Amino acid sequence: MLYEDATSFAASYGLIYLVVLFAGVLAYALWPGNKRKFDRAARLPLKED
Amino acid sequence: MAEMNDHGGHTVMRYPVGVALAGGALLGIFFMARGANTAMVLHGFLFLAFCVGGIFLLIRQAYAAPTDAAGTTYNDAVTRVGVIISMFWGVVGFLAGLVIALQLAFPELNFDLPWTNFGRLRPLHTSAVIFAFGGNVLITTSFHVVQRTCRARLAGEIAPWFVLWGYNLFIVIAATGYLLGVTQSKEYAEPEWYADVWLTLVWVVYLLVFLATLWRRREPHIYVANWFYLAFIVTVAMLHIINNLAVPVSWTGTKSYTLFAGVQDALIQWWYGHNAVGFFLTAGFLGIMYYFVPKQAQRPVYSYRLSIIHFWSLIFLYIWAGPHHLHYTALPQWAQTLGMTFSIMLWMPSWGGMINGLMTLSGAWDKLRTDPVLRMLVVSVAFYGMSTFEGPVMSIRAVNSLSHYTDWTIGHVHSGALGWVAFVSFGALYALTPILWRRQRLYSLQLVSVHFWIASIGIVLYITAMWVSGILQGLMWRAYDSLGFLEYSFVETVAAMHPFYVIRAAGGALFVVGALVMAYNLWRTVRGDLRSEALPAAQPSPAVAPAE
Repeated sequence: MLYEDATSFAASYGLIYLVVLFAGVLAYALWPGNKRKFDRAARLPLKED
Repeated sequence: MAEMNDHGGHTVMRYPVGVALAGGALLGIFFMARGANTAMVLHGFLFLAFCVGGIFLLIRQAYAAPTDAAGTTYNDAVTRVGVIISMFWGVVGFLAGLVIALQLAFPELNFDLPWTNFGRLRPLHTSAVIFAFGGNVLITTSFHVVQRTCRARLAGEIAPWFVLWGYNLFIVIAATGYLLGVTQSKEYAEPEWYADVWLTLVWVVYLLVFLATLWRRREPHIYVANWFYLAFIVTVAMLHIINNLAVPVSWTGTKSYTLFAGVQDALIQWWYGHNAVGFFLTAGFLGIMYYFVPKQAQRPVYSYRLSIIHFWSLIFLYIWAGPHHLHYTALPQWAQTLGMTFSIMLWMPSWGGMINGLMTLSGAWDKLRTDPVLRMLVVSVAFYGMSTFEGPVMSIRAVNSLSHYTDWTIGHVHSGALGWVAFVSFGALYALTPILWRRQRLYSLQLVSVHFWIASIGIVLYITAMWVSGILQGLMWRAYDSLGFLEYSFVETVAAMHPFYVIRAAGGALFVVGALVMAYNLWRTVRGDLRSEALPAAQPSPAVAPAE
């Protein structure tokens, strides 16, 4: 694989992959349905000794 | 939680592990007999001692009463040892730092001996504080946090011990190697090929223990601190393996040559180096923050959503920041700009994380007055914010032209290392000790307060001295006279820095004293002593809770 192939792959598919992945993370974090789960998770350190 | 105590696994594993240790002992003898230099012979002996010690521990474990005779369900034995080892390496590492700080101020202290000169003691200091102190704190706290937040016993009865002792064998091999002049000359990756191979083995077992514990969790959600620990373990494995790809000169000698050359080697080294900061000194310790700050404040995480975004954006961005170490070098300009841009973008997750840590105290700010352990944790988060603000500024090429190769860098690193990493570790160790030894509280909270103030003053002396010294040094280097000649010779800049080196050493001395106070306090806590002291009364909760 040539250097140009690697950069064009990184600048297209790589970029799309990372942006989509990050959009997925944002959606997961901000999804209203997950709020109750996260509120519970935020208290996890307080559960055990 | 009686069903958690499955001991079926470890009796099966005892025999293959024993055989492997016996084989390792033979390997140690081989290196003792055939080692090409003193260091290899010594390291063969250390490996032999490790394997024999391991066999002894296996036999003792086989004849000991079941691990849970004390009625515990969590594996706290391994974390107890981890706390002691961490504190030990902390004192050693800080002391080594003080020695080399004094050597810079008073060069006679090099003693004209190869083993005690600055060039060998400096990696001893950096490895002792980062890998020996920081690494043991990370292993210990990760073992504690993953058990508590998964409500599951640590996976394996032999493996966690192998991780802890095996990691410390790596530390001892690295440290003794430095003193004997064994180094591959890569900053923060100095240990030679055979130590690197050993660490890889230990690290894979660490990953497996962590994953297997997550796998057997009784809590549906994987708590965010575990994500940070996991990112730390996985990324460090990747960085370590790639940066240490090398060809040994012989199988019985210490020397090797790195696989890469020139600017590629430099880029890989600083891709490694900066991500050692990002994933070892940041992600791992953020795992500590996300568990111990809520725990100590007795408040839930301020925003769990923010913690998820914090995690992913931090790991997305950090991995690209390394090239800012190579401004104005043979590295292509676009790569330098890339590193700089990503470093600037890191402001967002860093400050998002800092705000999340600090705001976890909402509704519990009064505890800062009464709980010096919480105060230590909170100040560590404040230092995290400060040094992650300073870092991106220094990564800007124009600023870097002034700051690079000067003491400003050293000051920056230490505001992160002493203020953030060490303070958050101190807070975690203070919080852990009474829990692990089932003590009502620490021996003395006043001593924690004493430690806090001594160490804080030490840090302030250290970083202010290095700011002044660094900027002075940078400005002197670039000063030209009216004819275009350099205004100062190099040695004039060295002489100008002397007073600041003395102040820095004074700050370091205070930091060491603080650590000794801490070691004493923890030791008395372990012994079960309670110092009778007037504890500051907690503020009675107001009848009407403040709006949050």
